Amino acid sequence: MAVTRNADAVAPVRSTGAFSIWLTRHISTAIGALGRLSRQPFASLMIILVIAVTLALPAAINVIVKNVQSVSGSWDNALDFSVYLGQDISVSEAEGLMRLIRQRADVESVKLITSDQALAEFKQQSGFGAALDQLGENPLPHTLVVRPGAGNTSASLILLQEEIGNLPEAELVQVDTEWVQRFHAILDIVRQAIAIGSALLAIAIVVIIGNTIRLDIENRREEIEVTKLIGASNAFVRRPFLWTGFWYGLLGGGFALLLVQYGLYLLKGPVSRLAGLYQGSISVTSLDLTESAAILGLAVFLGLFASWVTAARHMRRIEPR
Amino acid sequence: MIQLDNVTKRFPGGQEALSGLSLSVDKGEMVFVTGHSGAGKSTLLRLIALIDRPSSGEVIVDNQNTRRVKRRKIPAYRRQIGMVFQDHKLLYDRPVFDNVALPLIIAGVSHRDAGRRVRAALDQVSLLHKEKQSPQTLSAGEQQRVGIARAIVTRPKVLIADEPTGNLDPDLSLEVMRIFRRFNEVGVTVLIASHDIALIDRLGCRRIALEDGRLQAEVDPWQ
Repeated sequence: MAVTRNADAVAPVRSTGAFSIWLTRHISTAIGALGRLSRQPFASLMIILVIAVTLALPAAINVIVKNVQSVSGSWDNALDFSVYLGQDISVSEAEGLMRLIRQRADVESVKLITSDQALAEFKQQSGFGAALDQLGENPLPHTLVVRPGAGNTSASLILLQEEIGNLPEAELVQVDTEWVQRFHAILDIVRQAIAIGSALLAIAIVVIIGNTIRLDIENRREEIEVTKLIGASNAFVRRPFLWTGFWYGLLGGGFALLLVQYGLYLLKGPVSRLAGLYQGSISVTSLDLTESAAILGLAVFLGLFASWVTAARHMRRIEPR
Repeated sequence: MIQLDNVTKRFPGGQEALSGLSLSVDKGEMVFVTGHSGAGKSTLLRLIALIDRPSSGEVIVDNQNTRRVKRRKIPAYRRQIGMVFQDHKLLYDRPVFDNVALPLIIAGVSHRDAGRRVRAALDQVSLLHKEKQSPQTLSAGEQQRVGIARAIVTRPKVLIADEPTGNLDPDLSLEVMRIFRRFNEVGVTVLIASHDIALIDRLGCRRIALEDGRLQAEVDPWQ
Protein backbone atom coordinates (compact mmCIF):
# COMPACT_ATOMS: atom_id res chain seq x y z
CA MET A 1 0.00 0.00 0.00
CA ALA A 2 2.07 2.86 -1.24
CA VAL A 3 0.86 6.38 -0.58
CA THR A 4 1.84 7.52 -4.05
CA ARG A 5 -0.30 4.88 -5.69
CA ASN A 6 -3.43 6.92 -5.73
CA ALA A 7 -3.18 10.05 -7.82
CA ASP A 8 -6.41 11.53 -6.46
CA ALA A 9 -5.01 11.92 -2.99
CA VAL A 10 -2.02 13.84 -4.29
CA ALA A 11 -3.94 16.32 -6.43
CA PRO A 12 -4.24 19.69 -4.72
CA VAL A 13 -7.63 20.93 -3.54
CA ARG A 14 -9.24 22.93 -6.31
CA SER A 15 -12.70 24.40 -6.61
CA THR A 16 -14.56 23.74 -9.84
CA GLY A 17 -17.90 25.33 -10.70
CA ALA A 18 -17.98 27.39 -7.53
CA PHE A 19 -21.64 28.35 -7.87
CA SER A 20 -22.97 24.86 -8.48
CA ILE A 21 -20.89 23.58 -5.56
CA TRP A 22 -22.26 26.38 -3.38
CA LEU A 23 -25.79 25.52 -4.44
CA THR A 24 -25.34 21.78 -3.87
CA ARG A 25 -23.89 22.46 -0.42
CA HIS A 26 -26.82 24.68 0.49
CA ILE A 27 -29.35 22.14 -0.71
CA SER A 28 -27.67 19.33 1.17
CA THR A 29 -27.39 21.50 4.30
CA ALA A 30 -31.08 22.39 3.98
CA ILE A 31 -32.07 18.75 3.65
CA GLY A 32 -29.74 17.87 6.50
CA ALA A 33 -31.37 20.46 8.76
CA LEU A 34 -34.81 19.14 7.85
CA GLY A 35 -33.64 15.61 8.56
CA ARG A 36 -32.37 16.72 11.95
CA LEU A 37 -35.80 18.17 12.77
CA SER A 38 -37.53 14.98 11.65
CA ARG A 39 -35.30 12.90 13.92
CA GLN A 40 -36.92 14.61 16.91
CA PRO A 41 -40.45 14.75 15.52
CA PHE A 42 -42.22 15.49 18.79
CA ALA A 43 -39.98 18.33 19.94
CA SER A 44 -39.92 19.86 16.45
CA LEU A 45 -43.69 19.63 16.09
CA MET A 46 -44.20 21.35 19.45
CA ILE A 47 -42.07 24.31 18.42
CA ILE A 48 -43.68 24.49 14.99
CA LEU A 49 -47.13 24.46 16.60
CA VAL A 50 -46.19 27.22 19.03
CA ILE A 51 -45.01 29.33 16.10
CA ALA A 52 -48.14 28.45 14.12
CA VAL A 53 -50.53 29.42 16.91
CA THR A 54 -48.61 32.62 17.57
CA LEU A 55 -48.86 33.55 13.89
CA ALA A 56 -52.43 32.32 13.41
CA LEU A 57 -53.79 34.48 16.22
CA PRO A 58 -53.23 37.92 14.64
CA ALA A 59 -53.86 36.51 11.16
CA ALA A 60 -57.26 35.19 12.24
CA ILE A 61 -58.28 38.43 13.95
CA ASN A 62 -57.18 40.26 10.84
CA VAL A 63 -59.38 38.07 8.67
CA ILE A 64 -62.35 38.65 10.99
CA VAL A 65 -61.84 42.40 10.84
CA LYS A 66 -61.60 42.21 7.08
CA ASN A 67 -64.87 40.30 6.89
CA VAL A 68 -66.67 42.63 9.27
CA GLN A 69 -65.39 45.53 7.23
CA SER A 70 -66.69 44.08 3.98
CA VAL A 71 -70.10 43.69 5.61
CA SER A 72 -70.08 47.19 7.06
CA GLY A 73 -68.72 48.52 3.80
CA SER A 74 -72.17 48.13 2.27
CA TRP A 75 -73.47 50.46 4.98
CA ASP A 76 -71.16 53.21 3.87
CA ASN A 77 -73.59 54.22 1.13
CA ALA A 78 -76.51 54.06 3.51
CA LEU A 79 -75.91 57.50 4.90
CA ASP A 80 -79.44 58.69 4.14
CA PHE A 81 -80.91 61.09 6.59
CA SER A 82 -84.48 62.13 7.20
CA VAL A 83 -85.66 65.74 7.24
CA TYR A 84 -88.98 66.21 9.08
CA LEU A 85 -90.78 69.30 7.89
CA GLY A 86 -92.94 71.56 9.95
CA GLN A 87 -96.63 70.70 10.42
CA ASP A 88 -97.70 73.84 8.56
CA ILE A 89 -95.87 72.92 5.35
CA SER A 90 -98.15 71.93 2.51
CA VAL A 91 -97.50 69.11 0.04
CA SER A 92 -96.71 71.52 -2.80
CA GLU A 93 -94.27 73.44 -0.57
CA ALA A 94 -92.65 70.15 0.36
CA GLU A 95 -92.36 69.19 -3.33
CA GLY A 96 -90.77 72.56 -4.07
CA LEU A 97 -88.26 72.04 -1.29
CA MET A 98 -87.51 68.55 -2.60
CA ARG A 99 -86.69 69.95 -6.05
CA LEU A 100 -84.52 72.63 -4.48
CA ILE A 101 -82.45 70.21 -2.45
CA ARG A 102 -82.17 67.83 -5.35
CA GLN A 103 -80.30 70.53 -7.31
CA ARG A 104 -77.45 70.54 -4.85
CA ALA A 105 -74.26 69.00 -6.18
CA ASP A 106 -73.59 67.07 -2.97
CA VAL A 107 -76.98 65.35 -3.02
CA GLU A 108 -77.69 62.26 -5.03
CA SER A 109 -81.45 61.99 -4.58
CA VAL A 110 -84.29 63.20 -2.45
CA LYS A 111 -87.49 61.30 -1.79
CA LEU A 112 -90.67 62.86 -0.41
CA ILE A 113 -92.84 60.89 1.95
CA THR A 114 -96.02 62.85 2.45
CA SER A 115 -97.82 62.72 5.78
CA ASP A 116 -100.61 60.68 4.18
CA GLN A 117 -98.17 58.10 2.82
CA ALA A 118 -96.42 57.95 6.17
CA LEU A 119 -99.68 57.44 7.99
CA ALA A 120 -100.81 54.71 5.60
CA GLU A 121 -97.50 52.92 5.99
CA PHE A 122 -97.61 53.30 9.74
CA LYS A 123 -101.14 51.97 9.91
CA GLN A 124 -100.16 48.97 7.86
CA GLN A 125 -97.03 48.14 9.82
CA SER A 126 -98.08 48.97 13.35
CA GLY A 127 -101.45 47.28 13.37
CA PHE A 128 -102.96 50.27 15.14
CA GLY A 129 -105.11 50.95 12.09
CA ALA A 130 -108.41 51.21 13.97
CA ALA A 131 -106.95 53.33 16.77
CA LEU A 132 -105.36 55.72 14.31
CA ASP A 133 -108.66 56.09 12.50
CA GLN A 134 -109.99 57.63 15.70
CA LEU A 135 -107.60 60.52 15.31
CA GLY A 136 -109.27 63.34 13.51
CA GLU A 137 -106.06 64.74 12.22
CA ASN A 138 -102.88 63.23 10.79
CA PRO A 139 -100.13 63.86 13.41
CA LEU A 140 -97.29 62.97 11.05
CA PRO A 141 -95.29 65.59 9.13
CA HIS A 142 -94.07 65.39 5.56
CA THR A 143 -90.62 63.86 5.40
CA LEU A 144 -87.77 64.27 2.91
CA VAL A 145 -85.29 61.37 2.74
CA VAL A 146 -81.99 62.77 1.48
CA ARG A 147 -79.31 60.54 0.03
CA PRO A 148 -75.97 62.42 -0.12
CA GLY A 149 -73.70 62.10 -3.15
CA ALA A 150 -70.88 59.56 -3.10
CA GLY A 151 -68.22 62.26 -3.13
CA ASN A 152 -68.98 63.46 0.40
CA THR A 153 -66.54 63.24 3.26
CA SER A 154 -67.79 62.86 6.78
CA ALA A 155 -67.11 66.59 7.36
CA SER A 156 -69.04 67.66 4.25
CA LEU A 157 -71.88 65.36 5.31
CA ILE A 158 -72.20 67.13 8.61
CA LEU A 159 -72.18 70.46 6.78
CA LEU A 160 -74.88 69.25 4.40
CA GLN A 161 -77.03 68.08 7.29
CA GLU A 162 -76.60 71.40 9.07
CA GLU A 163 -77.45 73.46 6.00
CA ILE A 164 -80.64 71.52 5.34
CA GLY A 165 -81.51 71.58 9.04
CA ASN A 166 -81.22 75.38 8.99
CA LEU A 167 -83.83 75.74 6.24
CA PRO A 168 -86.96 77.40 7.70
CA GLU A 169 -89.20 74.58 6.52
CA ALA A 170 -87.14 71.88 8.26
CA GLU A 171 -88.13 70.99 11.78
CA LEU A 172 -85.71 68.18 12.54
CA VAL A 173 -82.85 66.36 10.79
CA GLN A 174 -82.38 62.81 11.94
CA VAL A 175 -79.22 60.92 11.07
CA ASP A 176 -79.70 57.18 11.43
CA THR A 177 -76.20 56.24 10.50
CA GLU A 178 -74.05 57.76 13.19
CA TRP A 179 -73.49 54.32 14.65
CA VAL A 180 -71.90 53.22 11.36
CA GLN A 181 -69.26 55.87 11.83
CA ARG A 182 -68.75 54.87 15.44
CA PHE A 183 -68.44 51.29 14.31
CA HIS A 184 -65.74 52.23 11.83
CA ALA A 185 -63.87 54.10 14.52
CA ILE A 186 -63.98 50.98 16.68
CA LEU A 187 -62.69 48.88 13.79
CA ASP A 188 -59.81 51.31 13.41
CA ILE A 189 -58.92 50.84 17.06
CA VAL A 190 -59.13 47.06 16.71
CA ARG A 191 -56.86 47.21 13.68
CA GLN A 192 -54.33 49.30 15.61
CA ALA A 193 -54.49 46.83 18.49
CA ILE A 194 -53.82 43.96 16.09
CA ALA A 195 -50.80 45.77 14.71
CA ILE A 196 -49.37 46.26 18.20
CA GLY A 197 -50.24 42.71 19.23
CA SER A 198 -48.68 41.33 16.05
CA ALA A 199 -45.43 43.14 16.75
CA LEU A 200 -45.33 41.64 20.26
CA LEU A 201 -46.09 38.17 18.93
CA ALA A 202 -43.38 38.55 16.29
CA ILE A 203 -40.93 39.25 19.10
CA ALA A 204 -42.24 36.15 20.88
CA ILE A 205 -41.59 34.05 17.77
CA VAL A 206 -38.05 35.39 17.47
CA VAL A 207 -37.44 34.53 21.13
CA ILE A 208 -38.91 31.03 20.76
CA ILE A 209 -36.91 30.18 17.65
CA GLY A 210 -33.78 31.87 18.99
CA ASN A 211 -33.95 29.90 22.22
CA THR A 212 -34.49 26.63 20.36
CA ILE A 213 -31.54 27.31 18.10
CA ARG A 214 -29.44 28.24 21.14
CA LEU A 215 -30.18 24.87 22.76
CA ASP A 216 -29.41 23.17 19.46
CA ILE A 217 -26.07 24.96 19.30
CA GLU A 218 -25.25 23.96 22.89
CA ASN A 219 -26.07 20.33 22.09
CA ARG A 220 -23.80 20.40 19.09
CA ARG A 221 -21.03 22.35 20.73
CA GLU A 222 -18.48 19.59 20.36
CA GLU A 223 -19.29 19.15 16.70
CA ILE A 224 -18.90 22.88 16.14
CA GLU A 225 -15.54 22.91 17.92
CA VAL A 226 -14.23 19.99 15.89
CA THR A 227 -15.49 21.50 12.65
CA LYS A 228 -13.82 24.81 13.45
CA LEU A 229 -10.63 22.98 14.39
CA ILE A 230 -10.35 21.54 10.92
CA GLY A 231 -10.83 24.91 9.30
CA ALA A 232 -14.54 25.70 9.13
CA SER A 233 -15.43 29.39 9.06
CA ASN A 234 -18.16 30.91 11.24
CA ALA A 235 -20.34 31.10 8.14
CA PHE A 236 -19.92 27.38 7.53
CA VAL A 237 -20.89 26.31 11.06
CA ARG A 238 -23.73 28.83 11.09
CA ARG A 239 -25.31 27.57 7.89
CA PRO A 240 -27.17 24.49 9.22
CA PHE A 241 -28.66 26.59 12.03
CA LEU A 242 -29.90 29.20 9.56
CA TRP A 243 -31.60 26.45 7.63
CA THR A 244 -33.13 25.12 10.85
CA GLY A 245 -34.54 28.59 11.50
CA PHE A 246 -35.80 28.73 7.92
CA TRP A 247 -37.66 25.44 8.32
CA TYR A 248 -39.15 26.45 11.67
CA GLY A 249 -40.46 29.62 10.03
CA LEU A 250 -41.76 27.96 6.87
CA LEU A 251 -43.43 25.03 8.65
CA GLY A 252 -44.79 27.28 11.42
CA GLY A 253 -46.18 29.69 8.80
CA GLY A 254 -47.70 26.81 6.83
CA PHE A 255 -49.38 25.40 9.93
CA ALA A 256 -50.65 28.89 10.80
CA LEU A 257 -52.34 29.15 7.38
CA LEU A 258 -53.94 25.75 7.89
CA LEU A 259 -55.19 26.81 11.32
CA VAL A 260 -56.74 30.00 9.95
CA GLN A 261 -58.36 28.16 7.04
CA TYR A 262 -59.74 25.49 9.33
CA GLY A 263 -61.12 28.12 11.71
CA LEU A 264 -62.87 29.88 8.82
CA TYR A 265 -64.24 26.57 7.63
CA LEU A 266 -65.76 26.08 11.08
CA LEU A 267 -67.27 29.59 10.95
CA LYS A 268 -68.81 29.14 7.52
CA GLY A 269 -71.93 27.32 8.79
CA PRO A 270 -72.90 29.80 11.54
CA VAL A 271 -72.22 32.78 9.28
CA SER A 272 -74.41 31.51 6.47
CA ARG A 273 -77.14 30.82 9.05
CA LEU A 274 -76.82 34.40 10.26
CA ALA A 275 -76.87 35.67 6.68
CA GLY A 276 -80.04 33.67 6.11
CA LEU A 277 -81.69 35.42 9.04
CA TYR A 278 -80.87 38.80 7.52
CA GLN A 279 -81.90 37.74 4.02
CA GLY A 280 -78.46 38.98 3.08
CA SER A 281 -75.64 37.42 1.20
CA ILE A 282 -72.80 37.50 3.68
CA SER A 283 -69.95 35.27 2.63
CA VAL A 284 -66.76 34.58 4.54
CA THR A 285 -63.65 35.77 2.73
CA SER A 286 -60.52 33.90 3.74
CA LEU A 287 -56.88 34.84 3.21
CA ASP A 288 -56.07 35.59 -0.40
CA LEU A 289 -52.86 34.55 -2.12
CA THR A 290 -50.97 37.75 -1.30
CA GLU A 291 -51.90 37.58 2.37
CA SER A 292 -50.96 33.90 2.60
CA ALA A 293 -47.65 34.60 0.93
CA ALA A 294 -47.09 37.54 3.29
CA ILE A 295 -47.68 35.36 6.36
CA LEU A 296 -45.35 32.66 5.05
CA GLY A 297 -42.75 35.25 4.10
CA LEU A 298 -42.96 36.90 7.50
CA ALA A 299 -42.64 33.53 9.24
CA VAL A 300 -39.58 32.61 7.19
CA PHE A 301 -38.05 36.03 7.79
CA LEU A 302 -38.59 35.75 11.55
CA GLY A 303 -37.09 32.23 11.54
CA LEU A 304 -34.03 33.34 9.61
CA PHE A 305 -33.63 36.50 11.65
CA ALA A 306 -33.86 34.64 14.97
CA SER A 307 -31.41 31.93 13.93
CA TRP A 308 -29.04 34.46 12.40
CA VAL A 309 -28.86 36.59 15.53
CA THR A 310 -28.55 33.58 17.83
CA ALA A 311 -26.01 31.73 15.72
CA ALA A 312 -23.89 34.83 15.15
CA ARG A 313 -23.78 35.47 18.89
CA HIS A 314 -22.90 31.92 19.89
CA MET A 315 -20.63 30.88 17.03
CA ARG A 316 -18.06 33.47 17.91
CA ARG A 317 -17.98 32.20 21.48
CA ILE A 318 -17.46 28.55 20.61
CA GLU A 319 -13.81 28.16 19.73
CA PRO A 320 -11.69 25.04 19.92
CA ARG A 321 -9.95 24.68 23.28
CA MET B 1 8.44 24.81 7.16
CA ILE B 2 7.76 25.35 10.85
CA GLN B 3 9.81 27.86 12.76
CA LEU B 4 9.57 29.17 16.30
CA ASP B 5 11.65 32.17 17.37
CA ASN B 6 11.99 32.82 21.07
CA VAL B 7 8.36 31.88 21.74
CA THR B 8 6.88 32.39 25.18
CA LYS B 9 3.36 31.40 26.09
CA ARG B 10 2.20 32.72 29.40
CA PHE B 11 -1.22 31.90 30.78
CA PRO B 12 -3.39 34.43 32.60
CA GLY B 13 -2.37 32.88 35.94
CA GLY B 14 1.26 33.78 35.21
CA GLN B 15 2.71 30.31 34.65
CA GLU B 16 4.64 29.82 31.45
CA ALA B 17 3.89 26.85 29.21
CA LEU B 18 6.68 27.80 26.84
CA SER B 19 9.65 29.97 27.76
CA GLY B 20 11.73 31.47 24.98
CA LEU B 21 11.50 28.38 22.79
CA SER B 22 13.17 28.39 19.39
CA LEU B 23 13.11 25.48 16.98
CA SER B 24 12.65 24.75 13.33
CA VAL B 25 11.34 21.88 11.26
CA ASP B 26 12.47 21.71 7.64
CA LYS B 27 10.22 21.04 4.70
CA GLY B 28 9.62 17.31 4.31
CA GLU B 29 11.01 16.50 7.73
CA MET B 30 9.37 14.28 10.34
CA VAL B 31 10.07 15.46 13.86
CA PHE B 32 8.90 14.28 17.29
CA VAL B 33 8.40 16.54 20.27
CA THR B 34 8.80 14.68 23.53
CA GLY B 35 8.56 15.56 27.17
CA HIS B 36 6.52 14.89 30.27
CA SER B 37 2.97 16.06 30.39
CA GLY B 38 3.08 19.76 31.13
CA ALA B 39 6.39 20.19 29.33
CA GLY B 40 4.69 22.31 26.66
CA LYS B 41 4.17 19.82 23.80
CA SER B 42 0.48 20.48 23.40
CA THR B 43 0.93 24.24 23.77
CA LEU B 44 3.47 24.14 20.97
CA LEU B 45 1.01 22.38 18.66
CA ARG B 46 -1.80 24.72 19.71
CA LEU B 47 0.30 27.70 18.69
CA ILE B 48 0.98 26.13 15.31
CA ALA B 49 -2.74 25.39 14.80
CA LEU B 50 -3.60 28.95 15.95
CA ILE B 51 -5.83 27.65 18.73
CA ASP B 52 -3.68 29.90 20.90
CA ARG B 53 -1.37 32.78 20.13
CA PRO B 54 2.07 33.24 21.66
CA SER B 55 2.57 35.86 24.37
CA SER B 56 5.78 36.85 22.64
CA GLY B 57 7.99 35.56 19.86
CA GLU B 58 7.14 34.42 16.37
CA VAL B 59 5.59 31.25 15.02
CA ILE B 60 6.09 30.89 11.27
CA VAL B 61 4.40 28.09 9.32
CA ASP B 62 4.95 27.73 5.58
CA ASN B 63 6.29 31.30 5.41
CA GLN B 64 3.23 32.70 7.20
CA ASN B 65 3.77 34.48 10.47
CA THR B 66 0.82 33.40 12.61
CA ARG B 67 0.88 36.79 14.32
CA ARG B 68 -0.31 38.34 11.05
CA VAL B 69 -3.14 35.87 10.50
CA LYS B 70 -6.28 37.78 11.37
CA ARG B 71 -9.07 36.15 13.34
CA ARG B 72 -11.24 36.00 10.24
CA LYS B 73 -8.48 34.24 8.31
CA ILE B 74 -7.85 31.53 10.90
CA PRO B 75 -10.20 28.99 9.22
CA ALA B 76 -8.37 29.36 5.88
CA TYR B 77 -5.05 29.05 7.71
CA ARG B 78 -6.12 25.87 9.50
CA ARG B 79 -7.22 24.29 6.24
CA GLN B 80 -3.57 24.21 5.16
CA ILE B 81 -2.63 22.08 8.14
CA GLY B 82 -3.66 18.49 8.81
CA MET B 83 -4.36 17.87 12.49
CA VAL B 84 -4.57 14.58 14.37
CA PHE B 85 -5.68 14.41 18.00
CA GLN B 86 -5.22 11.97 20.82
CA ASP B 87 -8.99 11.62 21.27
CA HIS B 88 -9.54 11.49 17.47
CA LYS B 89 -12.22 14.20 17.63
CA LEU B 90 -14.46 12.36 15.20
CA LEU B 91 -18.14 13.19 14.80
CA TYR B 92 -20.09 10.19 15.99
CA ASP B 93 -23.41 11.16 14.47
CA ARG B 94 -22.24 10.35 10.95
CA PRO B 95 -20.45 7.53 9.15
CA VAL B 96 -16.71 7.26 8.55
CA PHE B 97 -17.05 8.52 5.00
CA ASP B 98 -18.73 11.78 6.07
CA ASN B 99 -16.12 12.34 8.77
CA VAL B 100 -13.30 12.11 6.27
CA ALA B 101 -15.22 14.20 3.70
CA LEU B 102 -15.80 17.08 6.14
CA PRO B 103 -12.58 19.04 5.39
CA LEU B 104 -13.34 18.78 1.66
CA ILE B 105 -16.89 20.02 2.18
CA ILE B 106 -15.52 22.93 4.21
CA ALA B 107 -13.03 23.66 1.42
CA GLY B 108 -15.86 23.61 -1.15
CA VAL B 109 -14.74 20.63 -3.20
CA SER B 110 -17.39 19.25 -5.54
CA HIS B 111 -19.28 16.15 -4.50
CA ARG B 112 -17.75 13.91 -7.15
CA ASP B 113 -14.18 14.96 -6.43
CA ALA B 114 -14.80 14.65 -2.70
CA GLY B 115 -15.97 11.05 -3.07
CA ARG B 116 -12.82 10.08 -4.95
CA ARG B 117 -10.52 11.79 -2.52
CA VAL B 118 -12.22 10.37 0.57
CA ARG B 119 -11.89 6.85 -0.79
CA ALA B 120 -8.27 7.46 -1.67
CA ALA B 121 -7.57 8.71 1.86
CA LEU B 122 -9.42 5.79 3.45
CA ASP B 123 -7.51 3.42 1.21
CA GLN B 124 -4.25 4.83 2.52
CA VAL B 125 -5.20 3.99 6.09
CA SER B 126 -6.67 0.62 4.99
CA LEU B 127 -10.23 1.48 6.03
CA LEU B 128 -11.91 1.67 2.64
CA HIS B 129 -14.19 -1.25 3.52
CA LYS B 130 -15.51 0.56 6.62
CA GLU B 131 -16.58 3.85 5.02
CA LYS B 132 -20.27 3.31 5.80
CA GLN B 133 -19.79 2.37 9.44
CA SER B 134 -20.25 4.67 12.39
CA PRO B 135 -16.96 5.58 14.11
CA GLN B 136 -18.40 4.14 17.31
CA THR B 137 -18.29 0.63 15.88
CA LEU B 138 -14.56 0.93 15.18
CA SER B 139 -11.66 0.07 17.47
CA ALA B 140 -9.50 2.83 18.94
CA GLY B 141 -6.78 2.16 16.39
CA GLU B 142 -9.25 2.29 13.52
CA GLN B 143 -10.77 5.50 14.85
CA GLN B 144 -7.35 7.07 14.95
CA ARG B 145 -6.77 5.98 11.35
CA VAL B 146 -10.04 7.68 10.39
CA GLY B 147 -8.70 10.78 12.13
CA ILE B 148 -5.53 10.55 10.07
CA ALA B 149 -7.50 10.06 6.85
CA ARG B 150 -9.46 13.20 7.66
CA ALA B 151 -6.24 15.11 8.33
CA ILE B 152 -4.63 14.16 5.02
CA VAL B 153 -7.67 14.17 2.72
CA THR B 154 -7.06 17.80 1.73
CA ARG B 155 -3.43 16.93 1.05
CA PRO B 156 -1.86 19.44 3.47
CA LYS B 157 1.80 20.32 3.40
CA VAL B 158 2.03 20.11 7.17
CA LEU B 159 0.66 17.41 9.44
CA ILE B 160 0.67 17.89 13.19
CA ALA B 161 -0.40 15.26 15.70
CA ASP B 162 -0.87 15.52 19.45
CA GLU B 163 -0.21 12.18 21.18
CA PRO B 164 -1.75 10.23 18.29
CA THR B 165 -0.87 6.90 19.92
CA GLY B 166 -1.75 7.95 23.47
CA ASN B 167 -4.65 5.52 23.73
CA LEU B 168 -3.22 2.68 21.67
CA ASP B 169 -1.30 -0.48 22.53
CA PRO B 170 2.30 -0.81 21.20
CA ASP B 171 1.41 -2.77 18.06
CA LEU B 172 -1.30 -0.34 16.99
CA SER B 173 0.95 2.57 17.88
CA LEU B 174 3.64 1.35 15.56
CA GLU B 175 1.10 0.86 12.80
CA VAL B 176 -0.19 4.42 13.21
CA MET B 177 3.35 5.83 13.26
CA ARG B 178 4.16 3.93 10.08
CA ILE B 179 1.20 5.58 8.38
CA PHE B 180 2.61 8.99 9.36
CA ARG B 181 6.00 7.86 8.06
CA ARG B 182 4.53 6.98 4.68
CA PHE B 183 2.99 10.43 4.33
CA ASN B 184 6.29 11.94 5.31
CA GLU B 185 7.99 9.91 2.58
CA VAL B 186 5.87 11.62 -0.08
CA GLY B 187 6.90 15.06 1.13
CA VAL B 188 4.53 16.00 3.96
CA THR B 189 6.17 17.78 6.88
CA VAL B 190 5.15 15.93 10.03
CA LEU B 191 5.38 17.13 13.63
CA ILE B 192 4.22 14.69 16.31
CA ALA B 193 4.00 15.25 20.05
CA SER B 194 4.55 11.99 21.90
CA HIS B 195 6.07 10.66 25.09
CA ASP B 196 6.64 7.14 23.72
CA ILE B 197 10.41 7.38 23.33
CA ALA B 198 10.93 3.68 22.70
CA LEU B 199 8.59 3.83 19.74
CA ILE B 200 10.16 7.03 18.40
CA ASP B 201 13.64 5.54 18.49
CA ARG B 202 12.49 2.68 16.28
CA LEU B 203 11.39 5.16 13.61
CA GLY B 204 14.73 6.96 13.47
CA CYS B 205 13.48 10.54 13.35
CA ARG B 206 14.77 13.75 14.86
CA ARG B 207 13.50 14.24 18.39
CA ILE B 208 13.07 17.53 20.25
CA ALA B 209 12.80 17.10 24.01
CA LEU B 210 11.00 19.79 25.99
CA GLU B 211 11.12 20.35 29.71
CA ASP B 212 9.26 23.08 31.53
CA GLY B 213 8.63 24.87 28.27
CA ARG B 214 12.31 24.94 27.32
CA LEU B 215 14.36 23.01 24.83
CA GLN B 216 16.08 20.29 26.83
CA ALA B 217 17.77 18.21 24.14
CA GLU B 218 17.73 17.47 20.45
CA VAL B 219 18.42 13.97 19.24
CA ASP B 220 19.16 13.54 15.57
CA PRO B 221 19.88 9.94 14.61
CA TRP B 222 21.55 11.06 11.39
CA GLN B 223 24.23 13.12 13.01
